Amino acid sequence: MSTTDRTDNRTEATAHVRARDRTRDQPQSQMRVYVYGIGRDDGTLAPLAGPGGGVDGHDVRLVAEGGLVALVSDVPAAAFGEEPLRRRLEHLPGLEELARAHHAVVDAAFARTAVLPLRLATVYSDVEGVTGMLLAHRGGFTDMLTWLDGHVELGVKVFVDPAASPPAPEHRAAHGSGPTSPGRAYLQQRRRQRRGTEDLYRAAEEVRGQVTRAVLETARASVAHRTQQGELSGERGMNVANHAYLVPANAEARFRAEVEAAGSGVAGVRVEVTGPWAPYSFASPVTEGGEGGTAPR
Amino acid sequence: MSESFAGRLPASSHAGPPSSRQGSSANLADILERVLDKGVVIAGDIQINLLDIELLTIKLRLLVASVDKAKEMGIDWWEHDPSLSSRARAPAPLDGGSRRERQLVDENELLRAELARLRDGGQRAVTDDGTEEAR
Repeated sequence: MSTTDRTDNRTEATAHVRARDRTRDQPQSQMRVYVYGIGRDDGTLAPLAGPGGGVDGHDVRLVAEGGLVALVSDVPAAAFGEEPLRRRLEHLPGLEELARAHHAVVDAAFARTAVLPLRLATVYSDVEGVTGMLLAHRGGFTDMLTWLDGHVELGVKVFVDPAASPPAPEHRAAHGSGPTSPGRAYLQQRRRQRRGTEDLYRAAEEVRGQVTRAVLETARASVAHRTQQGELSGERGMNVANHAYLVPANAEARFRAEVEAAGSGVAGVRVEVTGPWAPYSFASPVTEGGEGGTAPR
Repeated sequence: MSESFAGRLPASSHAGPPSSRQGSSANLADILERVLDKGVVIAGDIQINLLDIELLTIKLRLLVASVDKAKEMGIDWWEHDPSLSSRARAPAPLDGGSRRERQLVDENELLRAELARLRDGGQRAVTDDGTEEAR
């Protein structure tokens, strides 16, 4: 809760500054700074700076401080102020556009070097805010970048997909071959279906366990995401496990092979590997203190 | 509602070569769970209240979840066990402990799964469907 309070205070302070600016009525100066991610100031990320490529097609540039760089875009306050931004996030097409643009910059950086992706919609009122943030979290960011260096994030999703599995016929024989009423036959069929689904679930859990054990040596860390159950995922079947693994980049092929070996060959159960991703799922616990941030709530 | 989402879904992200980065073709759900739920959280000057974002992601999940489809498939276990599913609890107001609570739920689910797997390996006979079979 203290995090929220502090955020509110900061917002108020910003609002005062903004109010002063507004008296001069200079819409051009109403710019904000959108931050995508943080890397090391060693020149590796320099090629990312350039026209376009950022959110809403804005230019991407680097802000350096204390041996770190932030990937940022200068954006209009009219679109990235608190209210416009919130409205945008509540609207799926707007959210998708923003999320994909944010991800594209992070992904391009990650293709070159270790990067800490920031949460979507982290916006500062000016560059000083960004450099201040880099300085305030310098130690944590640097440690995190060192830890993540040379690693990729890989997603592993396990699906139950009854459509991919033929119904088990063996129950039929067990229930007698005599004539059955249509009602009874229907009930039996429903029962078989249900029974089949439950078996699939057990099989999926088994596969999940096998996969987990198979990659134990190869993966450095893992995080359980919530399972994806919606049209948005665009996947067939029910997602019953959704994990992210931090894997050394040079072991990616081995990881995929291990998942493939442990997860394939079970009818009605599908395992998919996504990535490599920038280490979104492993960059969270950086800040302990500082100004707001990820203090446990 | 879900049709409009489905209509805009990108082609499968798994079609590309396995070693390619997750670029613009990546599954939107995969991207959203990372950029909204994960990543470094730093308080910017213009901070969208993170509680709002958590609410938003849950709302998205509710909106896009194909509950009916799952029921057609005979899968409805989450309705009976709130600890297994965020959906069962989702409409409740989020308090400060929501993130921790979610982690616990996730962990719980993993443990249950492991337990089920172990139990299944040992004695498969006494289960719910066993009694259902006897009826």
